[in-house]
Amino acid sequence: MNGLTRRSLLAKSGLVVVFASSGAAGAQEPEESANLPGDLDKYPFLDSWIRIDPKGRITVFTGKAELGQGLRTALMQIAADELEVSPASIELIMADTGRTPDEGITAGSHSMQNSGMAILNAAANVRVLLTDAAAWRFASSVDQIELQDGMAYGPGGLRLGYGDLAAGFSLHVMAKPDVPRRSKGRRLIGENVPRVDIPAKVNGGSAYVQDIRAANMLHARVVRGPSDGTQLKPADIDAVAKMPGVEKVVQDGRFMAVLAAKEWHAVKALRRLQAAGWERRDTPLPSIDLCDVIRKSPARDIPIFGYPGPPAPADARIVKARYSRPCLMHGSIGPSCAVALWENGNLIVWTHSQGVSPLRKSLAEFVRLPLERVHCIHVEGSGCYGHNGADDVAADAALAARAVPGRPVRMQWMREQEHGWEPLGSAMVVELQGALGRDGRIAGWRHDVWSNAHNGRPINAGGLLAGAELEPPFAPQKPQPIPMPEGGGDRNANPIYALPNASGTHHFVERAPLRVSALRSLGAHMNVFAIESFMDEMAHAANADPVDFRLIHLQDSRAREVVEAAANRFGWKRRVKGRPGRGYGFGFARYKNLGAYCALAMEIMIEPDSGTIEVRRVVAAVDSGEAVSPDGIRNQIEGAIVQSLSWTQMEAVTFDASHRTSFDWSAYPIVRFPSVPVSIEVNVIDRPGEPFLGTGEAGQGPAAAALANAITDAIGHRLRDMPLTSERIRAALRS
Amino acid sequence: MISLTVNGAAQSVDADPDTPLLYVLRDELGLNGAKFGCGLGQCGACTVLVDDRPAFSCLLPIAALAGRKVRTIESLGTPDRPGALAAAFEAEQAAQCGYCIAGMIMRAQALLERNNRPTEAELRVSLAPNLCRCGTHMRILRAVRRAAAAMGGGVQESSR
Amino acid sequence: MAGLVLGLIAISVAAVVLAWKPALPPVPPVAAASFDRATVLHGETLARLGNCGTCHTAAGGRPFAGGKAVQTPFGAIFSTNITPDPATGLGRWSLEAFMRAMREGVSRDGSFLYPAFPYDHFRRTTDRDLAALYAFLMTRPPVSTQAAENRLAWPYGYRPLLAGWSFLYVRKEAVDETDRGRYLAEGLAHCGACHTPRDRWGAEVVDRAYDGAWVDGWYAPPLNARSPAIHPWTEEMLFAYLRTGLSPMHAAAAGPMAEVVRELSGVPEADVRALATYFAGLMADAPAATGGKTTTDKQSEADRMHPEGATLFAGACASCHEAGAPMMMQQGRPPLGWGTSLHVDAAHDTLHVIVQGFAPPVGRAGPAMPAFGNDFTDRQLAEIAAYLRARYTDLPPWPNLEQAVSDVRKEGGQ
Ligand code: FES
Ligand code: FES
Repeated sequence: MNGLTRRSLLAKSGLVVVFASSGAAGAQEPEESANLPGDLDKYPFLDSWIRIDPKGRITVFTGKAELGQGLRTALMQIAADELEVSPASIELIMADTGRTPDEGITAGSHSMQNSGMAILNAAANVRVLLTDAAAWRFASSVDQIELQDGMAYGPGGLRLGYGDLAAGFSLHVMAKPDVPRRSKGRRLIGENVPRVDIPAKVNGGSAYVQDIRAANMLHARVVRGPSDGTQLKPADIDAVAKMPGVEKVVQDGRFMAVLAAKEWHAVKALRRLQAAGWERRDTPLPSIDLCDVIRKSPARDIPIFGYPGPPAPADARIVKARYSRPCLMHGSIGPSCAVALWENGNLIVWTHSQGVSPLRKSLAEFVRLPLERVHCIHVEGSGCYGHNGADDVAADAALAARAVPGRPVRMQWMREQEHGWEPLGSAMVVELQGALGRDGRIAGWRHDVWSNAHNGRPINAGGLLAGAELEPPFAPQKPQPIPMPEGGGDRNANPIYALPNASGTHHFVERAPLRVSALRSLGAHMNVFAIESFMDEMAHAANADPVDFRLIHLQDSRAREVVEAAANRFGWKRRVKGRPGRGYGFGFARYKNLGAYCALAMEIMIEPDSGTIEVRRVVAAVDSGEAVSPDGIRNQIEGAIVQSLSWTQMEAVTFDASHRTSFDWSAYPIVRFPSVPVSIEVNVIDRPGEPFLGTGEAGQGPAAAALANAITDAIGHRLRDMPLTSERIRAALRS
Repeated sequence: MISLTVNGAAQSVDADPDTPLLYVLRDELGLNGAKFGCGLGQCGACTVLVDDRPAFSCLLPIAALAGRKVRTIESLGTPDRPGALAAAFEAEQAAQCGYCIAGMIMRAQALLERNNRPTEAELRVSLAPNLCRCGTHMRILRAVRRAAAAMGGGVQESSR
Repeated sequence: MAGLVLGLIAISVAAVVLAWKPALPPVPPVAAASFDRATVLHGETLARLGNCGTCHTAAGGRPFAGGKAVQTPFGAIFSTNITPDPATGLGRWSLEAFMRAMREGVSRDGSFLYPAFPYDHFRRTTDRDLAALYAFLMTRPPVSTQAAENRLAWPYGYRPLLAGWSFLYVRKEAVDETDRGRYLAEGLAHCGACHTPRDRWGAEVVDRAYDGAWVDGWYAPPLNARSPAIHPWTEEMLFAYLRTGLSPMHAAAAGPMAEVVRELSGVPEADVRALATYFAGLMADAPAATGGKTTTDKQSEADRMHPEGATLFAGACASCHEAGAPMMMQQGRPPLGWGTSLHVDAAHDTLHVIVQGFAPPVGRAGPAMPAFGNDFTDRQLAEIAAYLRARYTDLPPWPNLEQAVSDVRKEGGQ
């Protein structure tokens, strides 16, 4: 199959993906550079980011991926704004190992910081080059040049298109630092440009890797035991191979997949193989609470922070509390899927992995191909919220495709496979101790957090599920902590408050009973939950209003503004206290102390007999730096709040000695419409000229804490162990 | 060969009679709207209308469909000419990953065709079978309210 | 007909003699704070055991505010508001009035209550427990709402008749609190109200206790030696079932029983265990317990007999219920053939579950099944039921399946 047929294969599915050959458009190599903004620093050549063809068509490249967070539109907005064109005239190429810069993983709310800043500054550089070229062509000075909608205008009606101009110079030049942004104010940045990916999504268009449909394609299902640590008992494979429609049963070590031209035949064959039963080969899972296991396991102690200060005075009041969180699931609505094609010794994988480049490297080792023979192209999947099954299913697809060279293979995980095998967000324990001086100020602070790793993304074949199934197996990746200031289990353990005599330790527990990796916001959900719950406990001890208490410990002026904005918009001061069943809570954090600031206030009602929570009103304020798309930021924060309320209120992965028992939505319930808040209001504080800050993970911690604080306000008891279920509320009301 | 009526057109498909409608829509008829989410009737990603009522197409064998009308989101409009709900979802930017949205729209369509003046509580209860993991719920509700108004009705505040 | 007339006369005579009960004086509303906390909490447990909230809460309504219709053969009866609202609830009821209602079925104003309110069971509750229940109800948030008028066929709307009913039917034996399971089952938990057949006057037939009966269009199966269960109902199984809604050797609770289980999930383990012990004893001689039952899966035979049912099953049901399906493989859920509903004489329970499905309470984990009522025609539903019966039991086919489907459609409001 040549490039052309490949193109038509995908064009048929509506996904236009061009398989690049080599040369200028090929994969890009990073360079050394001099302190440029965002990932421009790694890839300083302008043509890594922006190209203009002789017809004036503009192509922008990013190594980051659209995950439903609106990144595609935001990046187009940035480039179009700076290049003085309409977003529609830009083609944006995302995360494709054959074409785009390697920007690592789309995670940690880094896309706007890294790729957005790179594209903004690359575009500013290109604008200068276009202006200079026009001035030279028109023999005029640069101030006489006006760029608009793809044309440069000069004195006396002279004009030339970008294509003509760009033909006269090379974009394969290093970006210059400190190129000023266009001076005439913003045109598109700060506007609510409608997301370009939404029309297909709301009209049944082709939008996802799941929607790829190619001629001659086979449907595949991987065959596994119910969860990590288990395997199927031997089944009658010959009988399954003879089932109607089954084209092939692929076996490689313990790896097994069924391939059929019709999807339903593959599903039926899978069921037949699964009926053989399964067993656990690994050591049994612990029978006691996972949080206790992690708390008591041998750990590597990593200091997180230490702020000097005099020891707390002897008469200071000591407050202590322990908080915990169970394992949580990503729980994508669409189980992971990938399409792979093995042809002439090359492997192409269409994947919704968040990291096409690390995946490519892992896959190359996994199928033992040289790196240049492996090509990974990002295509959207269902929302992933971190490291879910996307990478693993890509590896499964690759193995299946290798068995049928020349035929595209669509590998789709089943619901129970996603639930059973996806890496989880780690269970965590936080212990806090604070000293409260007689002046009502915090005089000492101690934070200890115990957690498994939050980073199991594949960097080699051992990081892929099927890596352990091959014979011989690849050695599993060794779990590693993520160093601060990003942090993993200790992300956001460092309080933003100005505290004297404060220290914290991350107790990194390497051995994880259940498979774990990155889940949206990593440790921040838990650390902010704990810190912000504890701030309320301290405020209570100090007999102070929770918001006032935060403010007296907060020096960062942007932080103060966000807290005040949320409180004022909510009407925090005017809230009527003491009505039965009603509670108010507040939560605040700056994500990683580097990203967006988010504060929110919440009003809830608790029904005392059942313990049911009704979240009546949430008001948030967020400062995400310069707001490229305020509505995009609101969308992300609203989503973060609802998702975090679900995590915090009702979610916990369950297991018994042999396997995970949370295998579907009945065993692992998440929020449904009747339980979402009555209203959520998000106020965006725009900071023109400030760097973009990612928003996707800013709301989870504050929402969790605000809920806990509101529950305490409503029932007079504090719940410190997630999930904050109605049963626990009921029990607390009866204790 | 099995005959089916999908979006007003008679189709005859080469599939086993026990095949769930979802796979036939996606793989045989090339329609993307209905999505595979669980195959267990728990998430609503696969929601379509059968005789004007919402159904989980993942659990609906085509053998059950003789003489019945199947409608998918593709029948409601296109990106160029979106239907009332799709237009409202665009206006409210009611999607993050969007994987759940086609199912949401079909369930809302069934509700509004029956009753374009539901209460807020009825609206929430009627969408309850459909899951969204991105937390787009508030926008989805806004979009349905907007569409209800555009369709000559509206969502009534419920007394809480 | 002659029996009916005679019966009516007997009841009327008794009614004339007994119909008069004095109104008990209203008392000033009692302050919630005057009840001690331990008593209130004990009362809450009792309210759950008695499943009070299920009948006295309308769909979407406030807890205990009444208004839910209870269907009886005589017409619809609407439950009353039992919150302490002074005007429309129990706010002005003394403990004495409350105890009289619970034991004699007489309202505070002297009028008789319909035996849909199972005071024939409640009367066996101790003074102490009734006082605790009173304390619990009087400390609920008051809700002001007037109960709807009952809709009863003539002559049942005539309340004095109830006095005669009460005289003739309410059992008077003493309370024995030492057998906790029996005390709860026969008293507050009123298990017989659903599981014991009633005569034409709506009274439980004493010598057929727990023989199985119809309630709300569902068949509540026998809980004695006639239990048709395929596996023995041991104390452990019953405990798991009553506590979690799922017995690993039987099936999930659905319909009215699901509500009972929901309430029991919030009462002390010892009480649930006591109930389990009691009923395990009653079912000790059932065929399953004495080795008289075996499971079966006659798939190929059933496929041949009911090809359409087989196809529908393969496309709709097998994704969860066939051996390699996730629910079976990962969760070890009981195979369909282990559920009692396939082994009773009426298909209604099986059909109810298919048509309506069931779900755990919002936000909680637990067995769930989607509703298939809209997906299938009546004939298709009948085909599926016939297939299940043929495949998983050795019993004769269900007669009149079409009728059963139409009953279930009606009752399910479909
Ligand atoms: S895919 Fe059909 S309900 Fe989930
Ligand atoms: S928008 Fe992603 S699941 Fe709903």
